Amino acid sequence: MTVAPEFSDVDVPEGYVKLTVDGEEVVAPKGELLIRTAERLGTVIPRFCDHPLLDPAGACRQCLVEVEMNGRAMPKPQASCTMTVADGMVVKTQVTSEVADKAQQGVMELLLINHPLDCPICDKGGECPLQNQAMAHGRTDSRFVDKKRTFPKPLPISSQVLLDRERCVLCQRCTRFSDQIAGDPFIELLERGSHQQIGTAETADVLDAASHTSSGQPFQSYFSGNTIQICPVGALTSSQYRFRSRPFDLVSTPSVCEHCSSGCAERTDFRRGKVMRKLAGEDPDVNEEWICDKGRFAFRYAAAEQRIRRPLVRSAETGELEEVSWTEALRAAADGLVKARDGKGAGVLPGGRVTLEDAYSYGKFARMALRTHDVDHRARAHSDEELDFLASRVVSDGGPAGGGVTFADLEAAPVALCVAFEPEEESPAVFLRLRKGARAGDVKVVHIGQWASPAVDKTFGELLACPPGGEADAVEGIAEHAPDLDEALRADGAVVLVGERAAEVPGLPTALHHLAERTGARLAWIPRRAGERGAVEAGTLPTLLPGGRPVADADARAEVERHWGLEAGTLPAEPGRDVTGMLNAIVTRDLGGLLVGGVDLDDLPDPALARKAFDAAEFVVSLELLPSTVTPYADVVLPIAPVDEKGGTFVNWEGRRRPFTVTLDGTGALTDCRVLDTLGVEMDTDLFTQTPDAALGDLDRLGAPKGTGAAKGTSGALSAPKGTLGALNAPKVPLGAPTAPPTPGSGQALLATWRQLVDDGSLQIDEPALAGTARRVVARMSRATADGLGDHVTVSTGRGSVTLPVEITDMPDGVVWLPGNAPDAKLRATLGAGHGAVVDIAGGDR
Amino acid sequence: MGIFDPVKGFGVTFGMMFKKVATEEYPEIGAPAAPRYHGRHQLNRHPDGLEKCVGCELCAWACPADAIFVEGGDNTEEERYSPGERYGADYQINYLRCIGCGLCVEACPTRSLTMINFYELADDNRQDLIWTKEDLLAPLLPGMEQPPHPMRLGDNEQDYYVGGPALARGRGVPEQETVETDTEEAVR
Repeated sequence: MTVAPEFSDVDVPEGYVKLTVDGEEVVAPKGELLIRTAERLGTVIPRFCDHPLLDPAGACRQCLVEVEMNGRAMPKPQASCTMTVADGMVVKTQVTSEVADKAQQGVMELLLINHPLDCPICDKGGECPLQNQAMAHGRTDSRFVDKKRTFPKPLPISSQVLLDRERCVLCQRCTRFSDQIAGDPFIELLERGSHQQIGTAETADVLDAASHTSSGQPFQSYFSGNTIQICPVGALTSSQYRFRSRPFDLVSTPSVCEHCSSGCAERTDFRRGKVMRKLAGEDPDVNEEWICDKGRFAFRYAAAEQRIRRPLVRSAETGELEEVSWTEALRAAADGLVKARDGKGAGVLPGGRVTLEDAYSYGKFARMALRTHDVDHRARAHSDEELDFLASRVVSDGGPAGGGVTFADLEAAPVALCVAFEPEEESPAVFLRLRKGARAGDVKVVHIGQWASPAVDKTFGELLACPPGGEADAVEGIAEHAPDLDEALRADGAVVLVGERAAEVPGLPTALHHLAERTGARLAWIPRRAGERGAVEAGTLPTLLPGGRPVADADARAEVERHWGLEAGTLPAEPGRDVTGMLNAIVTRDLGGLLVGGVDLDDLPDPALARKAFDAAEFVVSLELLPSTVTPYADVVLPIAPVDEKGGTFVNWEGRRRPFTVTLDGTGALTDCRVLDTLGVEMDTDLFTQTPDAALGDLDRLGAPKGTGAAKGTSGALSAPKGTLGALNAPKVPLGAPTAPPTPGSGQALLATWRQLVDDGSLQIDEPALAGTARRVVARMSRATADGLGDHVTVSTGRGSVTLPVEITDMPDGVVWLPGNAPDAKLRATLGAGHGAVVDIAGGDR
Repeated sequence: MGIFDPVKGFGVTFGMMFKKVATEEYPEIGAPAAPRYHGRHQLNRHPDGLEKCVGCELCAWACPADAIFVEGGDNTEEERYSPGERYGADYQINYLRCIGCGLCVEACPTRSLTMINFYELADDNRQDLIWTKEDLLAPLLPGMEQPPHPMRLGDNEQDYYVGGPALARGRGVPEQETVETDTEEAVR
């Protein structure tokens, strides 16, 4: 006689139920799926369609189990991935139930009927859930003897994703991901019966045609790579990784994405010293399990043929850069910088892609070796107002631990206001969180921009359209013109997200500061580059020392001087010059030398001024990975390591530290901090930043400004009265005031622009498959603005012109939108103009 | 020790002179291995000369000595080395490591990798003992042409696997000639 399970012994808390799984009594939260309950008990039920971050579908039927409810067995086995737990339920998995086991074997046999079993040539082979589960839960022999259904293969559904319909088990993970998570439903289930298949509108037409025919609207999504990763069979494969290696060849290292400021967790797989692919890592606090295609596919720049691998020094005789030894190059660099420093001075431009450690080293190098505050990492449009904004609102926000806005806050915010920020293009992980929150109905997303970009649609958002440059007025006008939004922003947890474009709009940082003060909404600054936030923390700004200490503060300077072992009063009391200030100073012969990190002159607000300044500079040292626009002007080029070959820490926009270790060890490439340390020694200055660990240790010992630690720890939300902060950290209110945008005359328009995720960026070289998924390059304008222009528009300034096809878009009149850095439209380089500038428009020919 | 013992000793020597000689004159004359001896590897070809290797790396996976390195490649219509999508772009066997166990041959899904009875695998430097695809590929038999070339025996790889040899006969290979590169005749 079997003993009935004793249900009375265990307490069931509120919101939980008690059930029996494989004879074991278990308490589970209401709404939990059976498949997860079993997993918690250590029983893995085979599955294909089930994914914790996607809605349940019950499509593959692989997870069948026997279920008994109220003492009565259900007549057929049930899919455990769609059934939630209930009180008194008795579940028998394949472990205890022969019925369930037989049902699972039967489903597996069915799924394999039309599967081509071409594992030897399949990229998924060796890491394939179908392969593994067929071994674990399938029959050893197939009873199927007829001809299998075949499809032409592989079918490119975009330049990046290849579809093999024979291998597909129709689990719909890819379609559900595209529909639910990314919001780009370009692939769907088509046809019926044994012809059921995944496809796009256009793959349906080529059912019987030869493969390799793709045109029209491809599977254009910035997140399409995730479908490859979650495909439980080899039906979706990557054209970049096609046939490159096998799982057992690969060594995997956890890493952090180096592209945008989200700092997504990644897994980097390499073989014989070469990175083969990157996969999304799992980090519930940051990127969950998703990454964008840029993070996944753009990594071959580090292995580019033209990479600088030996130090170069410009020869006095020939005027050409020549390969020399490290000792010789460092000597030349040190001599030149000492001469420049002792003459008119030298400045530092680290660029926005540095790690926290490298940024700290650049800042320390500027202050100790070059004895100046002339250091600015902002290789983009910038303003003094932004500088104050960063000092008062960003660097002091405390990060995730100190009450700063986090990814989780985005998902739970009652309202998220995006100002001068294009989440999908500039920080895709933020976009996914906003969409997740909005889809659940929790977050109301409001965008202040020029046109309803795909991100506005996909976050179910509302657009408050304004002319470029008018964002400040729009923010100031919220109370008057959008009282409901103003009210919503006063709610607990409301956030305002601001992008790096804010620096281009006079008055916007001030307006945002006022908005946050007035409504109590929390501000988050989401720059585009991975290193920007860390560089702010590390003090590579003319007005900030490490840890957010203002240069103008004597106590702060004294504290840093003590820590760095400098004599009191060594650090200048006057703030340094920003990027434009430095460039102007070189042109006017007030500054002699430059030490430049990863800066592209065409990213700077005025590339022409930059070129003039670099040409006029007495001495330029460039720390670079690849030949850049700086290289022709450099006197010494020192090669440094790409992220794969070094360790370090990125600080993401939240202020969260994202440490990563070396992936490719022993390549001999040096980190920026190591090069700067050695260069410092050559200049008779010890930076103590030989390794990233040493640099980070040095920064951490310096710590937060004294006297503000307690305030920072308890202040929590940014809206805490600033008076509670120590005098050292007291924010200055940004100085700018909203100014009306210039009004364009006839034949003119205001330029609106931002950079797209996949464009002509220097970290995306050698990636033709990725480039193929870029959005179509068009100029956008309203019907009234485009009136009489024709199909193409030529946008010009005094410097040059760009001609692009016109796409009529619902946006304010007198405004033209262009992508910032598309292959055919490199705006800064050709126009020398940015967001909010007045440009000439005319009908163009192509 | 008897008085005739030395003579007896010579008797054995003289006696051997009239028996069959067991000594093999190696390397002057050479010594063929037994017909099924497992010597070095060979990468076989389809009857039209396309490679059988699909670059799947199962041999490398099976190898207990980590002697095999393979990298796959993507066949295109313009440049085809094997029927189907994938071919072995890079294939290397390190004979310093190979222990001749034959697990790789068992693992091969297309019967591309077999062993022939060539066994002279000695050299005076390490570099030359890493055999590459060019060294390992079977010689071209009559009716075969050097890849890359399009599929001559059918429209897809199924035709090759199901009826390869028979299709080759249709292309004019005489009945008594072999179309298999992995038989002993092919080695000779």
